[in-house]
Amino acid sequence: MTATLDAAGRAAQNTEISLAQAVNRALRDAMTADEKVVVFGEDVGVLGGVFRVTDGLTRDFGEQRCFDTPLAEAGIMGTAIGMAMYGYRPVVEMQFDAFSYPAFEQIASHLAKMRNRTRGALPLPVVVRVPYGGGIGGVEHHSDSSEGYFVATPGLHVVTPATVSDAYTMLRAAIESDDPVIFMEPKRLYWSKDVLSTTGPEIGRAAIRRQGTDATLIAYGPTVSTALETAEAARAEGYDLEVVDLRSIVPFDDETVCASVRKTGRAVVIHEAAGFGGTGAEIAARVSERCFHWLEAPVRRVTGFDIPYPPPKLERHHLPSVDRILDAVASLQWEDR
Amino acid sequence: MTVLATPDKTGSGFPLGFDTILDPSPLQYLDEHGALSGVLRDDAPELAPDRLLATWRAMVVGRRFDVQATTMVRQGRLAVYPSSYGQEACEIGAMLALRPTDWFFPTYRDCVSMVTRGIDPVEALTLLRGDWHCGYDPQRWRTAPQCTPLATQAPHAAGLAHAARLAGDDTVALAFCGDGGTSEGDFHEALNFAAVYQAPAIFFVQNNQYAISVPLAKQTHAAALAHKAVGYGMAGVRVDGNDVIAVQHVVGEAAARARAGGGPTLIEAVTYRMQAHTNADDASRYRNDSEVEYWKPRDPLARLEAYLKACGLLTDAVVAEADQAAEALADDLRTRLGEEPEVDHRDLFRHVYARPTPQLLEQAAGLQAELDAAELDAEAGR
Repeated sequence: MTATLDAAGRAAQNTEISLAQAVNRALRDAMTADEKVVVFGEDVGVLGGVFRVTDGLTRDFGEQRCFDTPLAEAGIMGTAIGMAMYGYRPVVEMQFDAFSYPAFEQIASHLAKMRNRTRGALPLPVVVRVPYGGGIGGVEHHSDSSEGYFVATPGLHVVTPATVSDAYTMLRAAIESDDPVIFMEPKRLYWSKDVLSTTGPEIGRAAIRRQGTDATLIAYGPTVSTALETAEAARAEGYDLEVVDLRSIVPFDDETVCASVRKTGRAVVIHEAAGFGGTGAEIAARVSERCFHWLEAPVRRVTGFDIPYPPPKLERHHLPSVDRILDAVASLQWEDR
Repeated sequence: MTVLATPDKTGSGFPLGFDTILDPSPLQYLDEHGALSGVLRDDAPELAPDRLLATWRAMVVGRRFDVQATTMVRQGRLAVYPSSYGQEACEIGAMLALRPTDWFFPTYRDCVSMVTRGIDPVEALTLLRGDWHCGYDPQRWRTAPQCTPLATQAPHAAGLAHAARLAGDDTVALAFCGDGGTSEGDFHEALNFAAVYQAPAIFFVQNNQYAISVPLAKQTHAAALAHKAVGYGMAGVRVDGNDVIAVQHVVGEAAARARAGGGPTLIEAVTYRMQAHTNADDASRYRNDSEVEYWKPRDPLARLEAYLKACGLLTDAVVAEADQAAEALADDLRTRLGEEPEVDHRDLFRHVYARPTPQLLEQAAGLQAELDAAELDAEAGR
């Protein structure tokens, strides 16, 4: 699905790899580059993780560098913090979005605050990998979009790749960052394939995935591909849509987003998480505050409903779809056309 | 014999000696009258006269600090102070058994330990004074910021100890927590991780019988907190927390075992919180004076003093020097806490990230403009 996403910066080689493999390669290259990088979590060792993202790391780097932990997310997070205090750069895996909640106290009370608490004396270069989002037919607790909890916690960077190349370059950058980074991996894109480019924009910058003139679709992670599909479908209805892939929610790239919206005059924000109090509410507010005089219509949101994530047989109704996004686009006060 | 659980050397992984494991009587070398039990050999390092006197002096100074800090709260110079009066055997004994290269993870009640480690008393009180969350450099003092959410620092100690072991260093990490903290999930996870990784960590529980108002009986149904060690397959010790010789001894043993690759230790030190939880607490609502009266003669400092006097070590000159040092510290605290601390509003934004986000730069500029405008207004007399 992401094969159409990353035309720019594509490497000369033509071998396609999956997004999961790109994450694996980033971990591998980071571990090779810096012996202080360690990878741990539940089942990440011999098994290679339930999504095989850490496949072969224990074999190739040894159990001191990639290891299984007891089944306890707060313990994983707390251990990572302690190791970071001693100079390591832990990359931990939360097996599924909803399994990260026990770690939330460690994340909110310590990971996000330690640098500030100590006036910079104890930075915590920790990456928390969180496979998130729905669309894989997962039963309860396996499909949450939990980014909002982290986004609402100052002190964390929260990023999410939507392409194979971003999965690699952003994870490398996250591991090199001296700040904690919540690295949200859209699990339904794990098997999407593309040719890997190992260079890309820095964390904190959004990317224009499709140029357009009529309205801006603002998406991140799993909904970027849905937005691109929508833009293709919209051509038949006469709309030329621009698609912004945020890449990084914190820091937020107001500049790129606002430049796009000022150009098109209309915006739709898309995410899988519930709309009420969601990240889209913040984005819509920011865009409205900064682009009010350029807007032809209110900023619309297309999000998951304000419900607990539904069972697999009903999730298609919940997830933002091409049709729902098209409906939102059609509602953007086009009377002048 | 009060070592409760020793990891089985035969490889079954199951601790030996259930009869001793279930004996909850705390290890004691110095009874409440200041008499040695005789269990410790005469040449034990804890009994060397120099060390005894250094321990006693640190307790005199530590207690003076605690009393002065409590006074400074009443004078409005500290926002709050959780006293460790009566817990000096734990606060000081544990510190004196560590090396400067070892890491220490204190809670909000452990300022006396931090001062014993050498941290400037004013910097030790930064959190409680309210000018910042941590006043000292944790790297320099190998002392984590004081932790407020209970037991959440315990997994940090496990992780740091694991990291030290991976790095091939002989560093040990010691985390304090209270009896209340043992009910937290993070306490359990920390002990389990440390045991699984055989991390050189010491989990030192100051069982002072109260979590604010909730007594130990409502915190656990177990006969002893140290018994939890059995469940993790680690060494566990229950020690008289008002016996500074015993505390030093068990922490020293745990540290030596950890350095030798013997893994973590859980220490339960039985002590008593003589003061209310903090100045904002009213202990008369949940405990009787008679209970406090019972603990008064068990005071850790008086006990050591009785022993030192009996040994003839506590000369007038020694006492005068310690009193002088304690008073000098108290004077210094009075003076420096009496000064208004310098706070800088720009610090609000400086250390949230390595590099402030564009949004934080914007907010910092906004606050600056607001303050500049207010200053201009004030100058213009508006």
